Amino acid sequence: MSPGLSVNRREFLKTGATGGAALVIGFYLSDVRLADQARDQEKKPPNPFDAWVHIGKDNRVTLILGKSEMGQGVYTALPMILAEELSLDWRKVKVEQAPTNPAIYDHGTGGSGSVAGSWLPLRRAGSAAREMLITAAAQRWNVVRDTCKAQNGGVLHGARKDFLTYGELVEDASKLPIPDFNTVPLKNSDDFAIVGKDTPRLDARAKSSGAAKFGIDSRVPGMLYAVIARCPVFGGKVAKFDATKAKAVPDVREVVQIESVGPGAFTAGGVAVLADNSWAATRGRAALEITWDEGPNANESSDSLRHDCVENASKPGKVVRNDGDADAALASSSKKIEAVYEFPFAPHATMEPMNCTVHIRPDGAEAWVPTQGPQWAQSVIAGVSKLPPEKVVVHTTLMGGGFGRRYQADFVMEAAQVAKAVGKPVMVLWTREDDMQHDFYRPASYHRMWGALDAQGNLAAWKHFQSSTSIAAMWRQNGTEQAENGEFGTAAFIPYKSANYRVEYTLAKSGVPRAWWRSVEHSTSGFVVESFVDELAAAAGVDPLEFRLRLMGDDRKIEDFTNPKEGKPLDTARLKGVLKLAAEKAGWSKPLPKGLGRGIAGYFSFDSYTAVVAEANIMDGKVRVHRLVYAVDCGRPVNPDGVRAQVESAAIYGLSAALHDAITIKGGRVEQSNFGDYEMPRMAETPKTEVHVIMSKEEPTGIGEPGLPVVAPAVCNAIFAATGKRIRRLPVRQEDLA
Amino acid sequence: MAITFTLNGKSQTLPSDVSPEMPLLWVLRDVLNLTGTKFGCGMAFCGACTVHLNGDAIRSCMTPVSSVAGKRVTTIEGLSPDASHPVQRAWIEEDVPQCGYCQSGQIMSATAMLAKKSNPTDADIDEAMSGNICRCGTYQRIRKAIHRAAAMSAAAKKPAA
Repeated sequence: MSPGLSVNRREFLKTGATGGAALVIGFYLSDVRLADQARDQEKKPPNPFDAWVHIGKDNRVTLILGKSEMGQGVYTALPMILAEELSLDWRKVKVEQAPTNPAIYDHGTGGSGSVAGSWLPLRRAGSAAREMLITAAAQRWNVVRDTCKAQNGGVLHGARKDFLTYGELVEDASKLPIPDFNTVPLKNSDDFAIVGKDTPRLDARAKSSGAAKFGIDSRVPGMLYAVIARCPVFGGKVAKFDATKAKAVPDVREVVQIESVGPGAFTAGGVAVLADNSWAATRGRAALEITWDEGPNANESSDSLRHDCVENASKPGKVVRNDGDADAALASSSKKIEAVYEFPFAPHATMEPMNCTVHIRPDGAEAWVPTQGPQWAQSVIAGVSKLPPEKVVVHTTLMGGGFGRRYQADFVMEAAQVAKAVGKPVMVLWTREDDMQHDFYRPASYHRMWGALDAQGNLAAWKHFQSSTSIAAMWRQNGTEQAENGEFGTAAFIPYKSANYRVEYTLAKSGVPRAWWRSVEHSTSGFVVESFVDELAAAAGVDPLEFRLRLMGDDRKIEDFTNPKEGKPLDTARLKGVLKLAAEKAGWSKPLPKGLGRGIAGYFSFDSYTAVVAEANIMDGKVRVHRLVYAVDCGRPVNPDGVRAQVESAAIYGLSAALHDAITIKGGRVEQSNFGDYEMPRMAETPKTEVHVIMSKEEPTGIGEPGLPVVAPAVCNAIFAATGKRIRRLPVRQEDLA
Repeated sequence: MAITFTLNGKSQTLPSDVSPEMPLLWVLRDVLNLTGTKFGCGMAFCGACTVHLNGDAIRSCMTPVSSVAGKRVTTIEGLSPDASHPVQRAWIEEDVPQCGYCQSGQIMSATAMLAKKSNPTDADIDEAMSGNICRCGTYQRIRKAIHRAAAMSAAAKKPAA
């Protein structure tokens, strides 16, 4: 094994958070981890009444949200943590988005890490504020501090039954010394009154009335709307253009060319058409006459990529893991199977297309950005405007979906470039076609698997070769060397015991931009591992659930050697726990109506454990999923109904890439353009979904993504159970069902 | 000639320089600053831009504004002044929204259906909501909320005993 292999997204977000203007041009993730400014707060904590808890004299409480809300519910779950430690009346709590200030807030939102990563810092911040309020009350009453306690938005002096509201105390409290965040006493979890309770979303009302403001709803006096013509071929550029006809379109005001920006932004460059409204801008763009220089990738296609992968798989790859001697064990085994799994590029397709509004003035800049990384947006705008970052005010707006797409700063870079060029407030708006064709896609990958069983039906060998269009190869300066980083995830430390275990990798070169898609490598790794173990179960003639439990063996903890700094070990007892619970709730051993199949999958990702039982069949030549029964263990669930919502969501997201369309490449460009040729799951296809949440007392772990990796293998295993057809490439093709 | 229509119960005359070809979506969002109606695809595939035209759910992204002259347009902002429409209440009570971007369109499709079918079956819901995509996959909760809204409206109509 080679330890220290992976740079995960959380690490990326932290390095990205502090890269400053270096991000703008020539930024690569380096192996040196930059100082994590947000963590410095542990040395010198900010005043919690400035940073996280605003209490008015009228007792109105506003909690400040440093993370970004993209649907995953941090706007509710994170304030719950603060409110818990402060013993607030939850009904009176309001939430406000934090200003962009990486010195105080750990803004980067992703990697299913918001609740997990904020759990302790927010408990500490809330506790510090509470302790300061208690001290202020004790001083006011001139009583021993220990006789006072926080309760329901105020401080109670037990002996005298006196009560002072926080509003009456906040002025004094905020002037007191700030407790050390590392030693401040935290509430006993047995006393939790908010955390662990189903809590309705605080943003549900605004999102049901049209009042919620997304990035695309930003309106600034005098603003222009811009759309950009980008070369449809990745890596291509403008050779020449004529804007005469575009400028003749009514309401079109300006046409400007912007340069492509490489690593750190990865923009295509192009020609921006600015108008008084979005529609005129799109019409103006259609009237542009552009000759493209298609660049070096014009011959790439999905077929050529697959050809490269097949060729790569015929040769040994770079060894990622090598326990025992898998090849020898395979050679000597009498029961072995081999299979190939394939995945295409996948788009994020957030419902709100990319957009960003920027106003650059000589003395400062202001921006309204639907972003998972506001600190990155700030540094990009600072770089383009040549202003210091503190002069760049970035308002993080609500996001109409993120799923990893809105980590990127490409759309921010474009808006900053156009705003700089015209000196007016500008919204750069992407159309759906722009969004579908200029995404940063989930990598396409090709997996060859070999497995062998011994005479007792135990796993004698597990061998996994992967060739993919690595994310790390794009984002790291030495990417070609470390292309396997992040491409395996749990597939490199499966819970199924095998003395002979080999993992190999070869990079497949591509000009198509790649990045983090919901659940990242786990979306493919989960499918490969949980399908192939199902194939082995069938070869062994053992029930798929029984087989998995048996292969895991005795309870143990398996280190995540791909993420040694932050990854928690895989606890097989917890994985078995969710598998058994899902099976029990689904009635695993009960017979199903004829023609219907049942499949199971269990997986570890983002330090959480998920299992699902799917019931599916084939109707009119298509896979039809009728029921999904999930069990999830994500440590202590802060908002259990929020956990259920995230798992319901991840199931549909996973099914979209498993059952519908692929992003395919021809002539160096994406062939799909809109929801007409890239179909989404709709109401009628939605299976009945149950989510059973384990009420664990372990530290909270991720839940925005872990529901995804298990859904496609469970469904395809159900199709195998129903029909005997093994599905090994996604999305499911009709010919694979025939 | 300037275009006039009824918008959320009030007469609305557009500035004369607004092109009659401009889709209603962009008139609402960029000319009138009513941003509750969303842009999703521009091709009537996703339903994010759904509004009511004389009570019917339509996709405003493919509707030239000239075609609404003299007609009644209702947007999410006009459904109720305070999110009190039964469908909106049901949406809040079932905790439907996640990112929330598609929900204006979902709610407008649901309200138009319920106005015609006060007690829809699951099959009715599948059909009426088939034009609305939710990338967060809130479909199961949307279905529950529609049933809840139908039940709320039915209870409200019952004469007091």
